Amino acid sequence: MIDVNIVLQRGVFKLAASIQSDMLVTGLFGPSGAGKSSLLQIIAGLVKPQQGYIRIGDTVLYDSSQRLNLPSHQRGIGYVFQDALLFPHLSVKNNLLYGYRRLSGKPESIVLDDVVALLEISHLLAKNPQQLSGGEKQRVALGRALLSNPRLLLLDEPMAALDERLKQQILPFLLRVRDELHLPMLYVSHSLAEIQFLTDHIVFIEQGQIRNDAETESF
Amino acid sequence: MFELSEAELAALVLSLKIAAWSTALSCPAAVFFGWLLARFEFMGKALVDGLIHLPLVLPPIVPGYLLLLCFGHNGLLGKYLYQHFGISFAFNWKGAVLASMVMAFPLMVRSIRLSITAIDQRLEHAAKTLGATPLRVFCTITLPLAAPGILVGTVLGFSRSLGEFGATITFVGNIQGETRTLPLAIYTATQSPGGDDVAARMVTLSLLLALFALAASEMLNRKLLKQQGKHHD
Repeated sequence: MIDVNIVLQRGVFKLAASIQSDMLVTGLFGPSGAGKSSLLQIIAGLVKPQQGYIRIGDTVLYDSSQRLNLPSHQRGIGYVFQDALLFPHLSVKNNLLYGYRRLSGKPESIVLDDVVALLEISHLLAKNPQQLSGGEKQRVALGRALLSNPRLLLLDEPMAALDERLKQQILPFLLRVRDELHLPMLYVSHSLAEIQFLTDHIVFIEQGQIRNDAETESF
Repeated sequence: MFELSEAELAALVLSLKIAAWSTALSCPAAVFFGWLLARFEFMGKALVDGLIHLPLVLPPIVPGYLLLLCFGHNGLLGKYLYQHFGISFAFNWKGAVLASMVMAFPLMVRSIRLSITAIDQRLEHAAKTLGATPLRVFCTITLPLAAPGILVGTVLGFSRSLGEFGATITFVGNIQGETRTLPLAIYTATQSPGGDDVAARMVTLSLLLALFALAASEMLNRKLLKQQGKHHD
């Protein structure tokens, strides 16, 4: 499902990462500064690596040997950032619909009503992002990414800014996204417990290197 | 005291017309250069930045003289434009618009650039990952979020155009009904015997105009910030 093999050199920092995963959710675990976020930015097309390839399913997003580099807006990669990054000048509803794509009648395409029900955010639609709590913002950000009907969802420490109580309010929704929408996800965190809650497949990354690739059971 | 003579009224209307044209024509270019300087690193950036800001630090008579050299009847560009398109900037109100644009441009670019720099670039990244083309990101994220800064820049530019003196008088002269704007009319009045009353009236008028422009921009700015959910102190 996910097949990534890239090299990024930025000054003294070198990121060499190779991830192959057929699991629905892949966890990416490592300390701060290890290159987790850089890797996500590369997959989303926000940062260009020096060489390698990125394939999601049968679609090639980047391949240095073919000089192929799809721009961000054509990649169809949903990205949930650590701090929701909702558009401050748009209502919650318009934030949700910003990237909404109808997949020409395909039954599996995700629509507003589904997302609103799934994330329980119907009471927030008319509000402005400034009126939401941290947990609510993150649910809207997740919904906004889902509505762009991405082929892969990247979650960059989506709960790092939330306290323990709020985390417990988000995790069930992530489970629902996994189990009801069957959307492939790459989940970045420096909390192993958080990752284990969602997946058995964890990739360890340290100082720009993938250390090993293992099922969580063995830890 | 506020019975304006025909000539005074003409100066007021002319000032407003020149400032409006100058602001309207500069604004798109100022947004473009503000965005360019805020978001990109490129060869010769310091040069572009310097050229834009030059009129801010030069004596206004210098840009006026350079405009005369370029766009005057015998100027390099002026001659070409007149012969091929019949456009002339020499000693008419269009030339005054050009002079105002050159002088007000740096102020507009500065304020727009600052407001674009202040936008969290990750919001633009988020929009991209949601499938927005660069043009759509610019129109739906960058532009609306920079709107307060663009507004401030526009008001500053408009006010600067209303007050333009040095470059205008050098480039297009001081012709009653054609290039004699408020500041030039004030200057003329102070230079004529018994012109004190006229000067006082025009000075008051200028003050009122400036205050009105500032108040209008403040009101619009509050409205914009409210729309964006930010609270104004």
